[in-house]
Amino acid sequence: MSKIIRTAAKEPFKPEPDDDLIICRCEEVTKGEIRRAVHGGFRTTNEVKRWLRCGMGLCQGQTCQRNFQNIIAKEAGISVKDLGMISGRSPARPVMIDVFANEVIDAEKDPEGK
Amino acid sequence: MACATAYNLAKRGMKDIIVLEKKEIGNGGSNRNAGGVRQSARDVRELPLAMYAVSRIWPHLGEELETDVEYVQRGNLRLGKTEAHKKILEAHTAKSTKVGLDVRMIDGEEAREICPYMSEEVTSASWCPTDGHANPLKTTLGYYRMALRLGVTFITGVTVTGIRKAHGKARIVQTDDGDYEGEKILLCAGWESRKIADTAGIELPIIPERNEVLVTEMEPEMFPVMLGTADSDFYGHQSKHGSFVMGGNSGIQQYYSMPDGAHHPTGPLTAPKISRGIISYFPVLKNAKIVRSWAGYYDVCADKVPVIDQIPEVPGLYIAAGFSGHGFGISPAVALAMSELILDGSSHTIDISPLTYDRFRAKG
Repeated sequence: MSKIIRTAAKEPFKPEPDDDLIICRCEEVTKGEIRRAVHGGFRTTNEVKRWLRCGMGLCQGQTCQRNFQNIIAKEAGISVKDLGMISGRSPARPVMIDVFANEVIDAEKDPEGK
Repeated sequence: MACATAYNLAKRGMKDIIVLEKKEIGNGGSNRNAGGVRQSARDVRELPLAMYAVSRIWPHLGEELETDVEYVQRGNLRLGKTEAHKKILEAHTAKSTKVGLDVRMIDGEEAREICPYMSEEVTSASWCPTDGHANPLKTTLGYYRMALRLGVTFITGVTVTGIRKAHGKARIVQTDDGDYEGEKILLCAGWESRKIADTAGIELPIIPERNEVLVTEMEPEMFPVMLGTADSDFYGHQSKHGSFVMGGNSGIQQYYSMPDGAHHPTGPLTAPKISRGIISYFPVLKNAKIVRSWAGYYDVCADKVPVIDQIPEVPGLYIAAGFSGHGFGISPAVALAMSELILDGSSHTIDISPLTYDRFRAKG
Protein backbone atom coordinates (compact mmCIF):
# COMPACT_ATOMS: atom_id res chain seq x y z
CA MET A 1 0.00 0.00 0.00
CA SER A 2 1.51 3.30 -1.01
CA LYS A 3 1.98 6.24 1.31
CA ILE A 4 -1.07 8.44 1.94
CA ILE A 5 -1.05 11.66 3.96
CA ARG A 6 -4.47 12.26 5.47
CA THR A 7 -5.80 15.54 6.83
CA ALA A 8 -9.35 16.81 7.31
CA ALA A 9 -11.24 17.83 4.17
CA LYS A 10 -10.99 21.57 3.51
CA GLU A 11 -14.26 21.91 1.63
CA PRO A 12 -17.68 20.88 2.94
CA PHE A 13 -19.31 17.77 1.44
CA LYS A 14 -21.08 18.45 -1.87
CA PRO A 15 -24.19 16.31 -2.45
CA GLU A 16 -24.84 15.01 -5.98
CA PRO A 17 -28.23 14.22 -7.56
CA ASP A 18 -27.63 10.45 -7.78
CA ASP A 19 -26.32 10.04 -4.22
CA ASP A 20 -29.22 7.74 -3.32
CA LEU A 21 -28.16 5.14 -5.91
CA ILE A 22 -27.62 1.76 -4.24
CA ILE A 23 -24.13 0.43 -4.96
CA CYS A 24 -23.83 -2.50 -2.52
CA ARG A 25 -27.07 -4.43 -2.88
CA CYS A 26 -26.51 -6.93 -0.06
CA GLU A 27 -25.98 -4.24 2.56
CA GLU A 28 -27.87 -1.43 0.81
CA VAL A 29 -25.07 1.10 0.77
CA THR A 30 -25.57 4.15 -1.45
CA LYS A 31 -23.22 6.16 -3.61
CA GLY A 32 -23.74 9.16 -1.34
CA GLU A 33 -22.70 7.19 1.74
CA ILE A 34 -19.51 6.07 -0.01
CA ARG A 35 -18.74 9.61 -1.17
CA ARG A 36 -19.37 10.92 2.33
CA ALA A 37 -17.05 8.25 3.79
CA VAL A 38 -14.23 9.38 1.49
CA HIS A 39 -14.93 12.97 2.46
CA GLY A 40 -14.72 11.90 6.12
CA GLY A 41 -11.21 10.49 5.60
CA PHE A 42 -11.58 6.87 4.47
CA ARG A 43 -9.25 6.19 1.58
CA THR A 44 -8.84 2.46 0.94
CA THR A 45 -11.26 -0.27 -0.15
CA ASN A 46 -11.02 -2.01 3.23
CA GLU A 47 -11.52 1.18 5.22
CA VAL A 48 -14.70 2.06 3.35
CA LYS A 49 -15.87 -1.53 3.73
CA ARG A 50 -15.24 -1.52 7.49
CA TRP A 51 -17.01 1.82 7.90
CA LEU A 52 -20.10 1.18 5.75
CA ARG A 53 -20.33 -2.63 5.39
CA CYS A 54 -20.31 -2.49 1.58
CA GLY A 55 -18.80 -5.80 0.47
CA MET A 56 -19.59 -7.51 3.79
CA GLY A 57 -22.88 -9.07 2.75
CA LEU A 58 -23.73 -12.39 1.16
CA CYS A 59 -21.79 -11.76 -2.06
CA GLN A 60 -18.73 -10.57 -0.08
CA GLY A 61 -18.11 -7.79 -2.58
CA GLN A 62 -18.09 -9.97 -5.67
CA THR A 63 -20.81 -7.82 -7.20
CA CYS A 64 -20.09 -4.34 -5.88
CA GLN A 65 -16.37 -4.10 -5.19
CA ARG A 66 -15.39 -2.65 -8.59
CA ASN A 67 -18.26 -0.19 -8.49
CA PHE A 68 -17.51 1.20 -5.08
CA GLN A 69 -13.79 1.28 -5.77
CA ASN A 70 -14.46 3.48 -8.79
CA ILE A 71 -16.47 5.86 -6.63
CA ILE A 72 -13.72 6.03 -3.97
CA ALA A 73 -11.03 6.59 -6.61
CA LYS A 74 -12.96 9.37 -8.33
CA GLU A 75 -13.87 11.06 -5.05
CA ALA A 76 -10.33 10.87 -3.63
CA GLY A 77 -8.70 11.70 -6.96
CA ILE A 78 -6.49 8.62 -6.94
CA SER A 79 -6.09 5.49 -9.06
CA VAL A 80 -8.12 2.34 -8.32
CA LYS A 81 -4.89 0.35 -8.12
CA ASP A 82 -3.84 2.39 -5.07
CA LEU A 83 -6.95 1.43 -3.08
CA GLY A 84 -6.11 -2.21 -2.38
CA MET A 85 -8.69 -4.98 -2.62
CA ILE A 86 -11.19 -6.33 -0.12
CA SER A 87 -9.33 -9.01 1.87
CA GLY A 88 -10.29 -12.46 0.64
CA ARG A 89 -12.01 -14.38 3.41
CA SER A 90 -12.74 -18.00 4.12
CA PRO A 91 -15.22 -19.62 3.48
CA ALA A 92 -15.67 -18.90 -0.23
CA ARG A 93 -19.42 -19.34 0.13
CA PRO A 94 -21.63 -19.51 3.24
CA VAL A 95 -21.15 -22.73 5.24
CA MET A 96 -23.23 -23.94 8.21
CA ILE A 97 -21.55 -23.84 11.63
CA ASP A 98 -22.37 -27.52 11.96
CA VAL A 99 -20.38 -28.33 8.80
CA PHE A 100 -17.51 -26.03 9.68
CA ALA A 101 -17.24 -27.65 13.12
CA ASN A 102 -16.52 -30.99 11.53
CA GLU A 103 -13.28 -30.43 9.66
CA VAL A 104 -11.88 -33.90 10.34
CA ILE A 105 -13.78 -36.81 8.87
CA ASP A 106 -13.72 -39.68 11.32
CA ALA A 107 -12.83 -42.68 9.15
CA GLU A 108 -14.08 -45.27 11.64
CA LYS A 109 -17.47 -43.71 12.22
CA ASP A 110 -17.90 -42.57 8.65
CA PRO A 111 -15.84 -44.70 6.24
CA GLU A 112 -17.28 -43.12 3.12
CA GLY A 113 -16.59 -39.59 4.34
CA LYS A 114 -20.19 -38.40 4.10
CA MET B 1 -5.11 2.93 20.59
CA ALA B 2 -3.43 5.40 18.25
CA CYS B 3 -6.69 6.79 16.86
CA ALA B 4 -8.25 7.11 20.32
CA THR B 5 -5.18 8.67 21.95
CA ALA B 6 -4.69 11.11 19.07
CA TYR B 7 -8.35 12.09 19.45
CA ASN B 8 -7.98 12.65 23.22
CA LEU B 9 -4.83 14.71 22.76
CA ALA B 10 -6.36 16.83 19.99
CA LYS B 11 -9.50 17.38 22.07
CA ARG B 12 -7.31 18.90 24.78
CA GLY B 13 -5.81 21.26 22.22
CA MET B 14 -2.50 19.58 21.40
CA LYS B 15 -1.20 20.59 17.98
CA ASP B 16 1.04 18.90 15.42
CA ILE B 17 0.01 15.33 16.11
CA ILE B 18 1.08 12.80 13.49
CA VAL B 19 -0.02 9.14 13.51
CA LEU B 20 2.18 6.75 11.52
CA GLU B 21 0.59 3.51 10.35
CA LYS B 22 2.11 0.72 8.31
CA LYS B 23 -0.88 -0.33 6.25
CA GLU B 24 -4.25 1.33 6.62
CA ILE B 25 -6.51 2.64 9.36
CA GLY B 26 -8.02 -0.12 11.46
CA ASN B 27 -5.66 -2.92 10.59
CA GLY B 28 -4.75 -3.90 14.15
CA GLY B 29 -6.33 -5.74 17.03
CA SER B 30 -8.74 -2.92 17.93
CA ASN B 31 -10.53 -3.67 14.65
CA ARG B 32 -10.09 -7.40 14.44
CA ASN B 33 -11.62 -8.45 17.78
CA ALA B 34 -15.16 -9.64 18.56
CA GLY B 35 -16.26 -6.45 20.32
CA GLY B 36 -16.27 -7.29 24.02
CA VAL B 37 -16.65 -4.41 26.47
CA ARG B 38 -16.12 -6.44 29.58
CA GLN B 39 -15.02 -5.95 33.19
CA SER B 40 -15.79 -9.39 34.61
CA ALA B 41 -12.95 -11.94 34.68
CA ARG B 42 -10.41 -9.21 34.00
CA ASP B 43 -7.20 -8.86 35.98
CA VAL B 44 -7.70 -6.50 38.94
CA ARG B 45 -4.73 -4.41 37.75
CA GLU B 46 -6.63 -3.34 34.65
CA LEU B 47 -10.09 -3.23 36.21
CA PRO B 48 -9.89 0.51 37.00
CA LEU B 49 -9.50 1.13 33.24
CA ALA B 50 -12.34 -1.26 32.36
CA MET B 51 -14.70 0.12 35.02
CA TYR B 52 -13.98 3.74 34.14
CA ALA B 53 -14.52 3.05 30.45
CA VAL B 54 -17.84 1.32 31.11
CA SER B 55 -19.21 3.83 33.61
CA ARG B 56 -17.87 7.08 32.19
CA ILE B 57 -16.98 6.79 28.50
CA TRP B 58 -18.79 4.04 26.60
CA PRO B 59 -22.34 5.29 27.38
CA HIS B 60 -21.77 8.56 25.49
CA LEU B 61 -18.94 7.56 23.14
CA GLY B 62 -21.21 7.26 20.10
CA GLU B 63 -22.52 10.78 20.65
CA GLU B 64 -19.03 12.15 21.18
CA LEU B 65 -17.68 10.56 18.00
CA GLU B 66 -20.88 11.25 16.02
CA THR B 67 -20.78 7.57 15.11
CA ASP B 68 -23.10 4.71 15.99
CA VAL B 69 -20.54 2.54 17.80
CA GLU B 70 -23.34 0.00 18.49
CA TYR B 71 -22.63 -0.06 22.21
CA VAL B 72 -25.02 -2.44 23.98
CA GLN B 73 -24.80 -2.71 27.76
CA ARG B 74 -26.87 -5.80 28.49
CA GLY B 75 -24.44 -7.87 30.51
CA ASN B 76 -21.91 -10.64 30.11
CA LEU B 77 -22.49 -14.32 30.79
CA ARG B 78 -19.44 -16.50 31.27
CA LEU B 79 -20.64 -20.05 31.05
CA GLY B 80 -19.65 -23.34 32.62
CA LYS B 81 -20.77 -26.95 32.34
CA THR B 82 -18.68 -28.79 34.91
CA GLU B 83 -17.54 -28.44 38.52
CA ALA B 84 -14.07 -27.45 37.27
CA HIS B 85 -15.62 -24.67 35.15
CA LYS B 86 -17.59 -23.47 38.16
CA LYS B 87 -14.41 -23.23 40.22
CA ILE B 88 -12.74 -21.10 37.51
CA LEU B 89 -15.76 -18.79 37.36
CA GLU B 90 -15.97 -18.54 41.17
CA ALA B 91 -12.31 -17.58 41.41
CA HIS B 92 -12.75 -14.79 38.82
CA THR B 93 -15.91 -13.59 40.53
CA ALA B 94 -14.33 -13.48 44.00
CA LYS B 95 -11.41 -11.37 42.73
CA SER B 96 -13.66 -8.93 40.88
CA THR B 97 -16.19 -8.41 43.69
CA LYS B 98 -13.35 -7.64 46.08
CA VAL B 99 -12.55 -4.51 44.06
CA GLY B 100 -16.19 -3.47 43.81
CA LEU B 101 -17.42 -4.92 40.53
CA ASP B 102 -21.07 -6.01 40.38
CA VAL B 103 -20.61 -9.61 39.25
CA ARG B 104 -22.13 -12.75 40.76
CA MET B 105 -22.42 -16.49 40.28
CA ILE B 106 -25.72 -17.83 38.98
CA ASP B 107 -26.94 -21.34 38.16
CA GLY B 108 -27.89 -22.80 34.79
CA GLU B 109 -31.59 -22.00 35.23
CA GLU B 110 -31.00 -18.32 35.93
CA ALA B 111 -28.53 -18.14 33.03
CA ARG B 112 -31.19 -19.58 30.71
CA GLU B 113 -33.67 -16.98 31.96
CA ILE B 114 -31.22 -14.28 30.84
CA CYS B 115 -30.44 -16.06 27.57
CA PRO B 116 -33.06 -18.73 26.78
CA TYR B 117 -31.26 -20.21 23.81
CA MET B 118 -28.41 -21.97 25.53
CA SER B 119 -27.87 -25.68 26.08
CA GLU B 120 -29.33 -27.51 29.10
CA GLU B 121 -25.77 -28.61 29.83
CA VAL B 122 -24.89 -25.18 31.18
CA THR B 123 -24.89 -25.52 34.96
CA SER B 124 -23.20 -22.35 36.16
CA ALA B 125 -22.27 -18.88 34.98
CA SER B 126 -20.84 -15.62 36.15
CA TRP B 127 -23.14 -12.70 35.43
CA CYS B 128 -22.00 -9.11 35.16
CA PRO B 129 -24.98 -6.92 34.19
CA THR B 130 -22.90 -3.83 33.35
CA ASP B 131 -20.73 -5.58 30.73
CA GLY B 132 -21.57 -5.39 27.05
CA HIS B 133 -20.28 -5.14 23.51
CA ALA B 134 -19.72 -2.64 20.73
CA ASN B 135 -18.68 -2.55 17.08
CA PRO B 136 -14.85 -2.48 16.86
CA LEU B 137 -14.83 -1.21 13.27
CA LYS B 138 -17.14 1.72 13.90
CA THR B 139 -15.42 2.61 17.18
CA THR B 140 -11.85 2.63 15.89
CA LEU B 141 -12.71 4.32 12.61
CA GLY B 142 -15.00 6.74 14.46
CA TYR B 143 -12.06 7.82 16.62
CA TYR B 144 -9.97 8.21 13.46
CA ARG B 145 -12.54 10.35 11.68
CA MET B 146 -12.97 12.62 14.71
CA ALA B 147 -9.21 12.93 15.30
CA LEU B 148 -8.80 13.93 11.65
CA ARG B 149 -11.51 16.55 12.06
CA LEU B 150 -9.68 17.96 15.11
CA GLY B 151 -6.53 18.49 13.07
CA VAL B 152 -4.54 15.28 13.51
CA THR B 153 -2.49 14.18 10.48
CA PHE B 154 -2.44 10.45 9.69
CA ILE B 155 0.22 9.01 7.40
CA THR B 156 -0.43 5.47 6.25
CA GLY B 157 1.73 3.14 4.18
CA VAL B 158 4.82 3.99 6.23
CA THR B 159 6.65 1.32 8.25
CA VAL B 160 8.29 2.38 11.50
CA THR B 161 11.64 0.69 11.97
CA GLY B 162 13.04 2.30 15.08
CA ILE B 163 13.23 5.14 17.58
CA ARG B 164 16.40 7.18 18.03
CA LYS B 165 17.44 9.53 20.76
CA ALA B 166 18.88 13.01 20.32
CA HIS B 167 20.49 14.77 23.30
CA GLY B 168 19.32 12.00 25.61
CA LYS B 169 15.66 12.22 24.62
CA ALA B 170 13.44 10.23 22.27
CA ARG B 171 13.27 12.41 19.20
CA ILE B 172 13.39 10.58 15.88
CA VAL B 173 11.05 7.94 14.51
CA GLN B 174 12.87 6.07 11.76
CA THR B 175 10.75 4.69 8.93
CA ASP B 176 11.10 3.33 5.41
CA ASP B 177 9.97 6.82 4.37
CA GLY B 178 12.79 8.62 6.19
CA ASP B 179 12.88 10.17 9.66
CA TYR B 180 9.99 11.83 11.46
CA GLU B 181 10.79 14.04 14.44
CA GLY B 182 8.70 14.68 17.52
CA GLU B 183 9.07 15.85 21.10
CA LYS B 184 6.87 13.10 22.45
CA ILE B 185 6.57 9.68 20.88
CA LEU B 186 3.87 7.15 21.74
CA LEU B 187 4.56 3.58 20.69
CA CYS B 188 1.36 1.54 20.33
CA ALA B 189 2.02 -0.95 17.54
CA GLY B 190 0.52 -4.10 19.05
CA TRP B 191 2.87 -7.07 19.23
CA GLU B 192 5.25 -5.33 16.86
CA SER B 193 5.88 -2.69 19.54
CA ARG B 194 8.47 -5.05 20.94
CA LYS B 195 10.96 -4.79 18.09
CA ILE B 196 10.49 -1.03 17.85
CA ALA B 197 10.99 -0.56 21.62
CA ASP B 198 14.08 -2.71 21.31
CA THR B 199 15.74 -0.06 19.10
CA ALA B 200 15.44 2.39 22.00
CA GLY B 201 16.93 -0.14 24.41
CA ILE B 202 13.62 -1.04 26.07
CA GLU B 203 12.60 -4.68 26.30
CA LEU B 204 8.89 -5.47 26.29
CA PRO B 205 7.97 -9.07 27.13
CA ILE B 206 5.28 -9.35 24.45
CA ILE B 207 4.60 -12.19 22.02
CA PRO B 208 2.00 -12.47 19.24
CA GLU B 209 -0.86 -14.94 19.59
CA ARG B 210 -3.17 -15.53 16.68
CA ASN B 211 -6.92 -15.48 17.28
CA GLU B 212 -9.68 -15.75 14.73
CA VAL B 213 -13.20 -14.44 14.46
CA LEU B 214 -16.08 -15.77 12.40
CA VAL B 215 -19.27 -14.08 11.34
CA THR B 216 -22.62 -15.62 10.43
CA GLU B 217 -25.35 -14.47 8.12
CA MET B 218 -27.92 -12.09 9.50
CA GLU B 219 -30.14 -13.93 12.01
CA PRO B 220 -33.32 -12.80 13.78
CA GLU B 221 -32.59 -10.88 16.99
CA MET B 222 -31.94 -13.53 19.65
CA PHE B 223 -29.90 -12.17 22.54
CA PRO B 224 -28.20 -8.93 23.49
CA VAL B 225 -25.70 -10.32 26.04
CA MET B 226 -21.97 -10.75 25.54
CA LEU B 227 -20.92 -14.37 25.90
CA GLY B 228 -17.87 -16.26 26.99
CA THR B 229 -17.07 -19.59 28.62
CA ALA B 230 -14.96 -20.73 31.57
CA ASP B 231 -12.68 -22.63 29.20
CA SER B 232 -12.65 -19.81 26.62
CA ASP B 233 -14.06 -22.13 23.91
CA PHE B 234 -15.38 -19.04 22.16
CA TYR B 235 -16.57 -15.53 22.93
CA GLY B 236 -18.81 -13.15 21.08
CA HIS B 237 -22.22 -11.61 20.58
CA GLN B 238 -24.98 -10.93 18.10
CA SER B 239 -24.32 -7.63 16.35
CA LYS B 240 -26.82 -4.90 15.62
CA HIS B 241 -26.69 -6.04 12.00
CA GLY B 242 -28.00 -9.47 13.10
CA SER B 243 -24.90 -11.52 12.41
CA PHE B 244 -23.18 -13.43 15.19
CA VAL B 245 -19.58 -12.37 15.71
CA MET B 246 -17.67 -15.09 17.54
CA GLY B 247 -13.96 -15.36 18.25
CA GLY B 248 -11.54 -17.86 19.69
CA ASN B 249 -8.20 -19.58 19.55
CA SER B 250 -7.36 -23.20 18.71
CA GLY B 251 -4.25 -23.14 20.90
CA ILE B 252 -2.18 -24.69 18.12
CA GLN B 253 -2.77 -22.83 14.84
CA GLN B 254 -0.45 -19.96 15.72
CA TYR B 255 2.55 -22.30 15.85
CA TYR B 256 2.20 -23.20 12.18
CA SER B 257 3.01 -19.87 10.57
CA MET B 258 5.13 -17.01 11.85
CA PRO B 259 3.40 -13.65 11.75
CA ASP B 260 5.11 -11.21 9.39
CA GLY B 261 3.18 -8.14 10.47
CA ALA B 262 1.77 -7.63 6.99
CA HIS B 263 -0.64 -10.53 6.64
CA HIS B 264 -3.27 -12.02 8.89
CA PRO B 265 -3.90 -15.49 7.50
CA THR B 266 -6.64 -17.71 8.90
CA GLY B 267 -5.83 -21.39 9.35
CA PRO B 268 -7.82 -24.60 8.99
CA LEU B 269 -8.06 -25.42 12.72
CA THR B 270 -9.37 -22.34 14.50
CA ALA B 271 -12.75 -21.58 12.93
CA PRO B 272 -13.81 -25.26 13.25
CA LYS B 273 -12.79 -25.19 16.92
CA ILE B 274 -14.80 -21.99 17.52
CA SER B 275 -17.72 -23.62 15.69
CA ARG B 276 -17.61 -26.67 17.97
CA GLY B 277 -17.55 -24.34 20.99
CA ILE B 278 -20.60 -22.45 19.75
CA ILE B 279 -22.60 -25.61 19.03
CA SER B 280 -21.79 -27.16 22.38
CA TYR B 281 -23.25 -24.15 24.22
CA PHE B 282 -25.80 -23.02 21.61
CA PRO B 283 -27.01 -26.04 19.60
CA VAL B 284 -29.72 -23.77 18.18
CA LEU B 285 -27.06 -22.01 16.07
CA LYS B 286 -25.80 -25.12 14.29
CA ASN B 287 -27.54 -24.26 11.02
CA ALA B 288 -26.46 -20.62 11.00
CA LYS B 289 -24.20 -20.02 8.04
CA ILE B 290 -20.71 -18.59 8.39
CA VAL B 291 -20.08 -15.97 5.72
CA ARG B 292 -16.52 -15.04 6.58
CA SER B 293 -13.71 -15.38 9.08
CA TRP B 294 -10.54 -13.45 9.75
CA ALA B 295 -7.51 -13.47 12.00
CA GLY B 296 -5.76 -10.99 14.24
CA TYR B 297 -2.92 -11.01 16.70
CA TYR B 298 -3.14 -10.54 20.44
CA ASP B 299 -0.10 -8.72 21.80
CA VAL B 300 0.29 -11.03 24.77
CA CYS B 301 2.29 -9.63 27.66
CA ALA B 302 4.19 -11.91 30.05
CA ASP B 303 1.63 -11.30 32.83
CA LYS B 304 -1.40 -10.79 30.55
CA VAL B 305 -1.96 -7.09 31.29
CA PRO B 306 -0.64 -4.18 29.25
CA VAL B 307 2.25 -1.81 29.66
CA ILE B 308 0.87 1.76 29.81
CA ASP B 309 3.70 3.98 30.90
CA GLN B 310 6.26 6.67 30.19
CA ILE B 311 9.86 5.53 30.04
CA PRO B 312 12.24 7.47 32.32
CA GLU B 313 15.40 6.11 30.62
CA VAL B 314 14.15 7.44 27.30
CA PRO B 315 12.44 10.74 28.15
CA GLY B 316 9.71 11.55 25.66
CA LEU B 317 8.92 7.89 24.94
CA TYR B 318 5.52 6.52 25.94
CA ILE B 319 4.31 2.95 25.48
CA ALA B 320 0.83 1.40 25.33
CA ALA B 321 1.18 -2.24 24.28
CA GLY B 322 0.73 -5.81 25.45
CA PHE B 323 -3.05 -5.69 25.76
CA SER B 324 -3.25 -9.49 25.67
CA GLY B 325 -6.67 -9.52 24.03
CA HIS B 326 -8.28 -7.02 26.42
CA GLY B 327 -7.52 -3.82 24.53
CA PHE B 328 -10.69 -2.93 22.69
CA GLY B 329 -13.05 -2.61 25.67
CA ILE B 330 -10.62 -0.52 27.70
CA SER B 331 -9.24 1.53 24.80
CA PRO B 332 -11.30 4.69 25.50
CA ALA B 333 -9.95 4.71 29.08
CA VAL B 334 -6.39 3.87 27.98
CA ALA B 335 -6.50 6.78 25.55
CA LEU B 336 -7.61 9.12 28.34
CA ALA B 337 -4.88 7.84 30.70
CA MET B 338 -2.24 8.09 27.98
CA SER B 339 -3.29 11.62 27.01
CA GLU B 340 -2.91 12.68 30.66
CA LEU B 341 0.49 11.00 30.88
CA ILE B 342 1.62 12.89 27.80
CA LEU B 343 0.10 16.28 28.63
CA ASP B 344 0.13 16.36 32.45
CA GLY B 345 2.96 13.95 33.31
CA SER B 346 0.71 11.49 35.15
CA SER B 347 -2.58 9.64 34.75
CA HIS B 348 -4.61 11.44 37.43
CA THR B 349 -8.10 10.23 36.55
CA ILE B 350 -7.50 6.47 36.36
CA ASP B 351 -5.02 4.44 38.40
CA ILE B 352 -2.59 2.75 36.01
CA SER B 353 0.22 2.38 38.57
CA PRO B 354 0.39 -1.44 38.30
CA LEU B 355 0.96 -1.26 34.52
CA THR B 356 4.55 -0.02 34.50
CA TYR B 357 7.08 -1.14 31.91
CA ASP B 358 9.63 -2.27 34.55
CA ARG B 359 7.40 -4.52 36.68
CA PHE B 360 8.63 -7.84 35.26
CA ARG B 361 10.71 -10.14 37.46
CA ALA B 362 12.08 -13.66 37.12
CA LYS B 363 10.02 -16.38 38.76
CA GLY B 364 11.56 -17.56 42.04
